Amino acid sequence: MMLAGRRRPAAARDVQCGTMAGETDDPERARRFRDAALPHLDEVYTLARYLLRNTADAEDAVQECYLRALKHFDTFRGTAIRPWLFAILRNVCKTAFMRRGFSGEEPAEDAVPVWCETPETPEAQVLRSRDAQSIRDMVSALPDAFREAIVLREINGLSYREIAEIVGAPVGTVMSRLARARSMLRAAWLAAEEGHDDLR
Amino acid sequence: MTCDEATVLLHALLDGELDAGHAREVEAHVATCPRCAADLRQFRQMRQAMSGAALGFAASPALRSRIDAAIPAPAVSTPRPAPVATAPSRRLLLKGFALGTALSAAAAAGVVVLMQRADQEQQILDDAVSAHLRSLQAGHLTDVPSSDQHTVKPWFNGRLAVAPPVVDLAAQGFTLLGGRLDYIDGKPVAAIVYRRRAHIINLFVAQTADLERGAARHATAQGFNIRRWTEQGLRFIAISDISADELQEFGAKIEVAVRAGG
Repeated sequence: MMLAGRRRPAAARDVQCGTMAGETDDPERARRFRDAALPHLDEVYTLARYLLRNTADAEDAVQECYLRALKHFDTFRGTAIRPWLFAILRNVCKTAFMRRGFSGEEPAEDAVPVWCETPETPEAQVLRSRDAQSIRDMVSALPDAFREAIVLREINGLSYREIAEIVGAPVGTVMSRLARARSMLRAAWLAAEEGHDDLR
Repeated sequence: MTCDEATVLLHALLDGELDAGHAREVEAHVATCPRCAADLRQFRQMRQAMSGAALGFAASPALRSRIDAAIPAPAVSTPRPAPVATAPSRRLLLKGFALGTALSAAAAAGVVVLMQRADQEQQILDDAVSAHLRSLQAGHLTDVPSSDQHTVKPWFNGRLAVAPPVVDLAAQGFTLLGGRLDYIDGKPVAAIVYRRRAHIINLFVAQTADLERGAARHATAQGFNIRRWTEQGLRFIAISDISADELQEFGAKIEVAVRAGG
């Protein structure tokens, strides 16, 4: 469904510009960057996959993220590099979205399909374990802002404060997004479970 | 507290993000409200199911090498010095890495370079990082998986010359996962493993000749935070990718518990 073909040449050009940029050829600096940033490649890629929901786009975004991170490594002052990498990746993904012609605007917090809300969840209902692929699918189906919050929290394991800094929203907003995201996820979970039961 | 407030705050409770006062309030509400209690139970089940499933994605080798190629190589095409003069523990360490993934190979290259300037302190930090990285590979985290301190502590009997303190910090949001034997600076050490949310913390404990209390020092290496201190003839090294603040909190709690325990 996505745009893989047209954009790849542009990404390839970016790569070449990246390696030729003057400030990136200090070997000591490159070594520090390699040691600090490369161990987190899988996690950055995971976030990209969930944000963009497409392998080719995610790979391009991660590559672009690492090039930007290397270029701006001097500006990294913190002790935690993961949130810094995630923030860069998020910007790259936003740019990718805009290139695709999506509106870059955040969806309104209340612009959520009605089926997502289940005010009448049976209290005795048990949420059974599900296989990884089903959970991935359910997470991927969440609207952008909620998907992002739940992935940063449950899969990348960041604190509210770190998520708030990455998405540029107050901690309270992060908390309410997570609450909404989990409610939607629970609804999908229970719906899938019912479907499963019907098949028996 | 009303249900409306609790509906949102119970997520912060679930995530260990509430201070003690607010946590008590939410818990008090949940105790009297079946609706919110059911919510908390279901979200907890969901959370458990999610943390038990492998929801991450692995970067393809092609992507990894594309990125690797874009970062200038260290020590421009100079052949790396052969590790002839290295201690057995280091060879063992590198062998372990050789068995790992391309990522480990990249990390091992970093380790080789780092070891050329091997003052002992640096050596210990490097070993701690390597041991931590190795422990994160599948099946290497614990030799004795248990959240019970009374199972983990006796396991070290006869395996080490010291009895490492094993502290239960579950109430403070650090879950005990178990213990294993590891090697730092060529010597066997106890590795006690904790989890904070999705993050692993390795706490290495080894004997030291230094009987004085050594104040905590903080360091970072390869993007990991490290907190070191000595206490009662034991050297402690905590390492994790959680934030420096959280690791500081973890270390301080261990220190208090160790001192209180004797």
